[in-house]
Amino acid sequence: MAQNREFFYRRLHSLLGVIPVGLFLTQHLVVNHFATRGAESFNKAAAFMEQLPFRYFLEVFVIFLPLLFHAIYGLYIAFTAQNNVSRYGYFRNWMFMLQRLTGIITLIFVVWHVWETRVQAAFGAEVNYDMMANIVANPFMLAFYIVGIVSAVFHFANGLWSFFVSWGITVTPRSQQISTYVTMGIFVALSIVGIRAILAFV
Amino acid sequence: MSENKTIRIIVTRQDRPDTAPYEEEFVIPYRPNMNIISALMEIRRNPVNAKGEKTTPVAWEMNCLEEVCGACSMVINGKPRQSCTALIDQLEQPIRLEPMRTFPVIRDLQVDRSRMFDSLKKVKAWIPIDGTYDLGPGPRMPERKRQWAYELSKCMTCGVCLEACPNVNSKSNFIGPAPLSQVRLFNAHPTGEMHKAERLEAIMGDGGLANCGNSQNCVQSCPKGIPLTTSIAALNRAATIQMFRNFFGSDEV
Repeated sequence: MAQNREFFYRRLHSLLGVIPVGLFLTQHLVVNHFATRGAESFNKAAAFMEQLPFRYFLEVFVIFLPLLFHAIYGLYIAFTAQNNVSRYGYFRNWMFMLQRLTGIITLIFVVWHVWETRVQAAFGAEVNYDMMANIVANPFMLAFYIVGIVSAVFHFANGLWSFFVSWGITVTPRSQQISTYVTMGIFVALSIVGIRAILAFV
Repeated sequence: MSENKTIRIIVTRQDRPDTAPYEEEFVIPYRPNMNIISALMEIRRNPVNAKGEKTTPVAWEMNCLEEVCGACSMVINGKPRQSCTALIDQLEQPIRLEPMRTFPVIRDLQVDRSRMFDSLKKVKAWIPIDGTYDLGPGPRMPERKRQWAYELSKCMTCGVCLEACPNVNSKSNFIGPAPLSQVRLFNAHPTGEMHKAERLEAIMGDGGLANCGNSQNCVQSCPKGIPLTTSIAALNRAATIQMFRNFFGSDEV
């Protein structure tokens, strides 16, 4: 494996993007969706997540370390591409470019989001409905959150498509086409969940 | 009237590998059924640019003139393709000719495609049959497999897929779609299959298979219609299996 670092890192990057980072994203958006049932419901769900046993272990190994690797290696991948959608305006080439663009937007958003919530929680702030309501009371922050959520969901859904190709699951053009429909369906569905949740704080 | 008809061609020229490129315009007389090659030959016959100044003839490569050798590839009106099958009547004017910049430019439209041939060596794109004695006939190939493998064998190493790929550039060492698809071809061959693992391990190395970002420009651009992205996905599956074999162990070669 020593010489095959790049292959190993790429495959690890692809795997971690889905398991656990993609699963965590889905779970996070679903828990946020409790906000549509009112402040109390959200606070109860947030408190439940906060009180999970082995919380720090779960946070480090399910969220932070995989996310960190995926983000840093992903940046390297994004900057080694030379996008050429103006010359080759094919659908998949656009998706290729958007995958890299949304990856960078998502990274900026996630860094800000972690700073504003998890890091502040470590400093003693309480993560609850009011905290989020205060953040999105600012229309700029609301817009930033919506862009961030949609980017993250797109990056996950389209990443799932390339995960299926990269691991040799979808080989035929037909299966890749169906996979496009399914993953774009996931993009729309999760975007609705995410946006409904953030709007519940307004 | 047809005697006065002309063709406008703008060529991106470069005198030496290390000098800056510049554009030069040519206006040449129209003849029926011309292709880019015959237009370039016309310029060579009378190397005078659109301003009426005498200039050097444009350098380009060509060989078979029937789209099977790949030598005359260049970027024509923004798309990489073979100049022998690019017919003047089907092109919008002014016709813009550029070299495929993914490769080192030698002069004008002439590029050095050595990296592709080096990649073919790297991935062992051949079937070793030489020995100290006659090994006899190899195993037979199923007809169905032969049919799709034949499509892969149409690759002429022209470099169009590398030119179209956003991940083949000076910032990356990706070998590109063409040599990858050749691994699938030679691994499909019943005798070639005996060295399957060697080829897979070559493309599982740096600059190999994993560098594909699935933009799928290659399959859209390939002049031979080779299912390059199907090859890449099939190799991804083979590499996944090989990866587990390497780690957990297997009696397969």
